[in-house]
Amino acid sequence: MTTTSRWRALTHHHLFWPVAVLIALLLVNVPFTPDFFSINMTDGHLYGSLVSIVLFGSPLILVAVGMTLVIATGGIDLSVGAVVAITGALTCSYISDQTDQNTLSAVFLAMGIGLVAAVVCGLWNGFLVARMGIQPIIATLIIMVAGRGVAQLITDGQIITVNSEPYKLIGGGYWLTLPFSVFVVAAVVAVTVALTRRTALGLLVESVGGNAEASRLVGIRSTRIKIMVYMFCALCAGIAGLMISSNTSAADGNNAGLWIELDAILAVVIGGTSLLGGRFSIGGTVVGALVIQTLTTTIYTIGVPTQTNLVFKAAVVIVVCLLQSPKFRAKVFGAKGPKGPRRDATPVEPAPAADAAPKMEVSR
Amino acid sequence: MSATAQTPKAAPRGSTASRARATRLLGDRRLPVLVTAALFIAMYVGGLSRYQNYGFGEPQVFLNLFIDNGYLLVAAIGATFVIMSGGIDLSVGSVIGFTTMFTAWMVERQGLPLLLVVPLALAVGAFGGFLMGYVIHNFEIQPFIVTLAGLFLFRGLCLVISKESISINDASVGTLAQTRVSLGVGDLSIGAVVALVVLAVAAYVLHYTRFGRRVYAIGGNEQSALLMGLPLGGTKIAVYTVSGFCSALAGLLFMLYIQSGDPLHAVGMELDAIAAVVIGGTLLTGGSGYVLGTLFGVLVLGLIKSVITFEGTLSSWWTKIATGVLLCAFILIQRTMTARRKT
Repeated sequence: MTTTSRWRALTHHHLFWPVAVLIALLLVNVPFTPDFFSINMTDGHLYGSLVSIVLFGSPLILVAVGMTLVIATGGIDLSVGAVVAITGALTCSYISDQTDQNTLSAVFLAMGIGLVAAVVCGLWNGFLVARMGIQPIIATLIIMVAGRGVAQLITDGQIITVNSEPYKLIGGGYWLTLPFSVFVVAAVVAVTVALTRRTALGLLVESVGGNAEASRLVGIRSTRIKIMVYMFCALCAGIAGLMISSNTSAADGNNAGLWIELDAILAVVIGGTSLLGGRFSIGGTVVGALVIQTLTTTIYTIGVPTQTNLVFKAAVVIVVCLLQSPKFRAKVFGAKGPKGPRRDATPVEPAPAADAAPKMEVSR
Repeated sequence: MSATAQTPKAAPRGSTASRARATRLLGDRRLPVLVTAALFIAMYVGGLSRYQNYGFGEPQVFLNLFIDNGYLLVAAIGATFVIMSGGIDLSVGSVIGFTTMFTAWMVERQGLPLLLVVPLALAVGAFGGFLMGYVIHNFEIQPFIVTLAGLFLFRGLCLVISKESISINDASVGTLAQTRVSLGVGDLSIGAVVALVVLAVAAYVLHYTRFGRRVYAIGGNEQSALLMGLPLGGTKIAVYTVSGFCSALAGLLFMLYIQSGDPLHAVGMELDAIAAVVIGGTLLTGGSGYVLGTLFGVLVLGLIKSVITFEGTLSSWWTKIATGVLLCAFILIQRTMTARRKT
């Protein structure tokens, strides 16, 4: 293998561009804050910019990992932000009702209630998408609209504050010198990767995303897989909801997890997972979420007015999407664009085909 | 796909005339609009019987639905075009917010006359829509992502203009906002009149022009429309331009209604617009629906708000829950109807 071919292999790896963007963003910080990469030990806890990026990015990583699987089946879940709010509201209102908020069993029960509610939301989304055959954007729009109302109903329109030491741990506490949420994220990511890459589950998810009807015909229970994926996504959002409300020790039905669905979708896209479904990369998504969080941090540290944050984000979305578009690459970088039959070189076909198949099926 | 051709299959047993009539009605494309209109009337009559003594029956209460929701109607009409073509536009709320901010800044801080700022704001909105349509069509990126970028961009631009809200004290704006058009039984604001004009124009364009038929054709089946030789790209880009223009116009009406510019104006209004379109019976897969349905969708959403105001004891979050429940009901109705049509 020559150096050039090795370089080619490296640049063609699906994680190359996301990681390159992440490293570039991290390096941008160095001239402004020279000790950006340094990590200090204070009171037995690690502190530093890198640690806080991971800490503040934790909920986003969780939501984005769940979203990756949903997108891999060709769907999308807009309701995660509302699920974050509902979970936080339920858990905090249960804890705040206790006379002793530090009781471990009560905190666990509260978290259980919150997570069960989240999974029920996911089941409902999955039911609408897989059983009723409703477009995912629209099916999940229902909980996105109604969910925040429900969360406000639970908290009675107030911001519920809790004062519970054990509950504080999950989103704001430290364990073995690191933020506890890092361990939660690592565990969820590890379990997801193990389930999807060490078992056939990931393949099944990709096959359902590629063509749900064909998968059904070869004997994959595509309905069940889809429902499962939405439930998993909602569960991840629920855990993120616990983290967010635990970190602030408060449940805000109106603002908790606001816009997180859009950031999560963005993370998935930056990570190289196509919105058309059929393939996914958990690693890419984690990198994508870190890119978004680093972008936010960078904007703060550079001293650019924070209000331009969204303009930057828009620019990043457009650049990343354009780079991923085969048509754009062909137009800008000349005819050397897609050589082999790349999977993402057939953008229009799969969706209508998958749509058309059930119609033919029914009319037979 | 004509409804009459499908009727025999929908009623396989070929039974009595009333059954045939029922199945014909179920297969009718106009059914969702009729259901929404019926729901609106039922809600209104319910409100009448419940709040009779509180003045619910006054014509002005009905006209207020148009005054209070004129901007939403205009935004939802723009969204109707996009959804009819099988796309989606998430940037609506941001463009509305941006337009209020832009006009407030131009009029108050730069001292430009309103007459100049209005066309400028409309042009910016339309150009934003054009750009999004251009990227969607030419680089084959999903509308969802492109308009999401638009959402971030315009909201960001709002904040770049100013982090604080700018109240508008300009005399011409004040005069416009105060102007009322008398209808005898009550009056309408300028914003409501503009919204109704936009509705009429949109209904004409969608249902009686070549462009309108192309939008339906592309929404029905993009591949077929392409094979038929319809100008796919031009139509798609035009649809997003229309949506951008409508959003900017909605922003102007919102600015008139609220007389200030604020970076957080109309956050999430794209969802209200999409919900109104869906409740109005337009198929989200595209290709089927009526602008009149969107009007009823907006009126139903507005009526929920009025009823909650009249009820007094219900809190604002019930609006969200009621909207969600309605949305769900109408999506399920649509789904069962399209399922019937295919069998």
